[in-house]
Amino acid sequence: MKIAVCVKRVPDSETRVKISPDGKSLDEAGVKFVLNPYDEFAVEEALRRKEKAGSGEVAVFCLGPAAAQETIRTALAMGADRGVLLQTDKIPADPYETAKLIAAALKPDTWDLILFGRMAIDDYNHQIGSLVAQLLDLPCVTAVSHLDIQGAKGVAEREIEGGIEVLEFPLPAVVTADKGLNEPRYPALKGIMAAKKKPLEIKPVQPAAGGMEIVALAPPAERKEGKIVGEGAAAVGELVRLLREEAKVL
Amino acid sequence: MKTLAVLEQRDGKLRKVSFEVVTAARRLGGPVDAVVCDTTDREGCAAALADKAKAGGYRAVVFTATATGRDLAPRVAGRLGVGVAADLTDLAADGDAIIGTRPVYAGKALQKVRVTARPAVLSLRPNIFTPDEAAAGVKPETLSVTSSGRVKVSEIKPAPAGTLDVAEAQVIISGGRGLKEPANFKVLEELAQAFGGRAAVGASRAVVDAGWRAHADQVGQTGKTVSPSLYIAVGISGAIQHLAGMRTSKVIVAINKDKDAPIFKVADYGVVGDLFEIVPKLTEEIRKLHG
Ligand SMILES: Cc1cc2nc3c(=O)[nH]c(=O)nc-3n(C[C@H](O)[C@H](O)[C@H](O)COP(=O)(O)OP(=O)(O)OC[C@H]3O[C@@H](n4cnc5c(N)ncnc54)[C@H](O)[C@@H]3O)c2cc1C
Ligand SMILES: Nc1ncnc2c1ncn2[C@@H]1O[C@H](COP(=O)(O)O)[C@@H](O)[C@H]1O
Repeated sequence: MKIAVCVKRVPDSETRVKISPDGKSLDEAGVKFVLNPYDEFAVEEALRRKEKAGSGEVAVFCLGPAAAQETIRTALAMGADRGVLLQTDKIPADPYETAKLIAAALKPDTWDLILFGRMAIDDYNHQIGSLVAQLLDLPCVTAVSHLDIQGAKGVAEREIEGGIEVLEFPLPAVVTADKGLNEPRYPALKGIMAAKKKPLEIKPVQPAAGGMEIVALAPPAERKEGKIVGEGAAAVGELVRLLREEAKVL
Repeated sequence: MKTLAVLEQRDGKLRKVSFEVVTAARRLGGPVDAVVCDTTDREGCAAALADKAKAGGYRAVVFTATATGRDLAPRVAGRLGVGVAADLTDLAADGDAIIGTRPVYAGKALQKVRVTARPAVLSLRPNIFTPDEAAAGVKPETLSVTSSGRVKVSEIKPAPAGTLDVAEAQVIISGGRGLKEPANFKVLEELAQAFGGRAAVGASRAVVDAGWRAHADQVGQTGKTVSPSLYIAVGISGAIQHLAGMRTSKVIVAINKDKDAPIFKVADYGVVGDLFEIVPKLTEEIRKLHG
């Protein structure tokens, strides 16, 4: 099976968010970057599919700054075969521009499966996979927590409000991974060593401005100072009174 | 500014999020047309919506960021050659453009985006925009799905009867590791029942990973994002990834034995102490109110 996985370099979710002097972006000083957690599920799924098929290739694509080579190496250390960095200092604010560049990089090859994460945990955009699928005219299923592939037919499950949706689709296809799809492996030392020697191609790209621009990044409004109502069961009467009379939610 | 509002139905009835979409779309000024379509054929539905958006010359197309909306919006956007300004918690017209606000970095910052794409495709975080009365009368047009897509919904496995999804509940009582063992979630279920059908039981990732609760109940960065009127966090420490999923709740109550637990920093009301004493008492009081 020939599989492409798209991965993003994102700030670790524990990161303290400091805003740059430009008032529009994250101050990256001291920030730890990681492989987007949902993309770990995508990489793992690709590796398992290839292992099951007994042959094939897993190629990792990432659009980002030079430092994103590290993100790609993480996926290579898990077991992917090669990486491609679409290098640009700035990830476009318009997801469509990112999708166009990724689709253009994938297009020259034919893939049985193209995997993405359900969303990136920094921007919560939840769409690059679907946009790329559209640009490549491939069927797409998103936020998949269970995947079954028999020959050229796929069956996927995804969580919806009030249940689980089962979808059927033909391959080749784009699938975006949700938590629950698998348990991603940790790169072993051997994998980390091997990853250093795997091919990583760097292609500079020039994103267009697109139709979306970030005009400000600001801390969320502080929640109104809360209060400790009291201790133990004795405080419950007062809590209920406050919820009724002050917060008016009961 | 002419806007297309894409509504959601279940069992032939409009869902509450649909009225939120109509209300928010009206904020952009100008007429709002509302549509629904059969989402079991995802691609067919996306094609029908994109055709409608093009033919009608709409300036903006507004979705809700539910599981279905998150799937559908980028499919439609892709067909229109634009991106989605996703998961907005606020929006306004700015001359010919649209300014949207969206939580990023696990809710630790708010990003303001200016959308000049035409049409602008937007999705709204559920439970943020309070539906106004005018929205209640909306009569959506049902789009017919003509082109048949390749991706088909073959089955929907409903959650066990009587369980309300956390993403849709007005009141959420979430439990964490402080519950000690899975059977103890019974105390939270009893509290939820005392609210009479409006409440759901949620969970932290720690207890979902331990297999105590279903992933569908998980609130947080790798679970659901919720904004109920009342969120009660019980025996949950308040890790940043948990806060990412619930910090836009209207009123937050925390019950925790550790007075320094970070959850108290976002809680409007906190009670310090043993949940096994506090929750049953609270259940009793709520029952009295609703009884
Ligand atoms: C990439 C990533 C994604 C994540 N996504 C999520 C997510 O989506 N959702 C999520 O919740 N977490 C998520 N986490 C995990 C998160 O970091 C925390 O580990 C988790 O939220 C902790 O769960 P908890 O609060 O139940 O447990 P703990 O942190 O162990 O807290 C238990 C609390 O219970 C209290 N307690 C104990 N006994 C009692 C008692 N008898 N009465 C009252 N209080 C008591 C304790 O004081 C403590 O505060 C994620 C982590 C990572 C790295
Ligand atoms: N800059 C990027 N480079 C490669 N893949 C990306 C990039 N941004 C997003 N993706 C992929 O698209 C998924 C969804 O991201 P998003 O739509 O930004 O939430 C991610 O989980 C990745 O798989």
